[in-house]
Amino acid sequence: MSYTKRNDGRKFDETRPIEAKAGIIKRADGSAYFKMGKTVAYAAVYGPREIHPKFLQNPKNGKLRCFYNMMPFSSMGDRVRPGANRRAKEIAMVTEKALLPVVDLTEFPNSVVDVFIELPQTDAGTRCAGICAASMALADAGISMNGMVAAVSIGRVDDKLVVDLDYSEESYEDGTVADIPIAVVSRTGEISLLQMDGELSRDDLKKALEMAKKSCSKIDKIQKDALKKKYEVKNE
Amino acid sequence: MNNQQKDHILNFLEKGIRFDGRKLDEYRKIKIEKGFSENAEGSSKVSIGNTEVLAGVKMSVMEPYPDTPDEGTMMINVELLPLSSPNFEPGPPGIQAIELARVVDRGIRESKTIDTKKLCIKKGEKVWSIIVDVCPINDDGNLFDASALAVVAALQDTKMPSYNGKVVDYKKKTKDALPLNLKKIPTSCTVSKIGNHFIVDPVSEEEEKVEARLTVEIEEDGTLCALQKGGDNPLTAEDIDKMVGIGIEKSKELKKLL
Repeated sequence: MSYTKRNDGRKFDETRPIEAKAGIIKRADGSAYFKMGKTVAYAAVYGPREIHPKFLQNPKNGKLRCFYNMMPFSSMGDRVRPGANRRAKEIAMVTEKALLPVVDLTEFPNSVVDVFIELPQTDAGTRCAGICAASMALADAGISMNGMVAAVSIGRVDDKLVVDLDYSEESYEDGTVADIPIAVVSRTGEISLLQMDGELSRDDLKKALEMAKKSCSKIDKIQKDALKKKYEVKNE
Repeated sequence: MNNQQKDHILNFLEKGIRFDGRKLDEYRKIKIEKGFSENAEGSSKVSIGNTEVLAGVKMSVMEPYPDTPDEGTMMINVELLPLSSPNFEPGPPGIQAIELARVVDRGIRESKTIDTKKLCIKKGEKVWSIIVDVCPINDDGNLFDASALAVVAALQDTKMPSYNGKVVDYKKKTKDALPLNLKKIPTSCTVSKIGNHFIVDPVSEEEEKVEARLTVEIEEDGTLCALQKGGDNPLTAEDIDKMVGIGIEKSKELKKLL
């Protein structure tokens, strides 16, 4: 049996509805909200600020530090126990690497920029939503950047490549599934995050990367529009 | 905070006004939104001015504690997310988060808002457990009252998941609300002392200057169900009487919002 129609009726190259807002956390230096279907991510940026412990100071470069956390009530099913588990630490690390290519670390030597990603509700694709929100929050904080990063997960469900897997597709039972989160540096089209679990052919990977680029350029526009909206001058 | 800012805030209080224009006993605008989450069994989003907190309820079936074999359990946990304030750091809950969680917990527990006996499935074997997690999104002061409102709102919003005797099916929510005693629902009012002045709902700048605070949790009929004094300075008996008075007055306003 092949996957001919998506569970929620989307086209194969269609993301879930996206909602993006910038500057929603007043005490943060920069912040953003990014909602993709039922997956919701908040990101807040604090810094550049002093780094502790002091031996981490680097007179040449600043440090970008990311944290990823699912809120205890975020998942359908059991409560998520608070605290960073191995999964959260890995995602934080790959998020950092996904954002690094666009951030100019030389602008804030000896200091750190902290990025906190929080998920109040999850339905697959959390790391991608987190990266999208984080990129916006960094821009909102006025961190020196040479572009933005957008991310989306591409999936292979049975024999079909699909954009932006939701949980029902990720746990599809009538065939095999591969999940490929991809982050794209919007200005250059370079890939700054690539992970995969599941099985995939070389050809399909090529196609998946192409699909990701297309979707990410759409997401990029949504991100930038949301940022512009925050600074819009309202004529009353 | 430097002394200049302290003088600035005090000068205003002398004139009977706050530096953001409010009266001493005036809350910022409060907004309560229930059910923001589709995954949690119950949820709420509460904002007081710029302060914003989320609360979510998760339920599961567990073995009862031996001393209360026929009662369900309830726990309240607060995660002071580093996302919400430059003063919070990642890591296990610190003393601030623990105090906050325990004070809110006491209000709900001691007022007996939840009829825990009705959460018993089989005496001595299976009972429902309720965990309410509170996550601030933005901390601009008065997390105590915001968290207390959020927890109550999330409990009111909760629909029990279905349980077939073996597993909990979270996807299938029943129409059953939690067994709440609406007459008992507590509201929390935290009164702070700066100089000789008593204020409610401090913003973060004011909060840094608070010398002593008293959180008063009050049931509908004015019965106190939890108290917590905080801050470095002591209070006189007259102070406490005044603060409780303010708390009882303000709780009537808060009650209407729930």
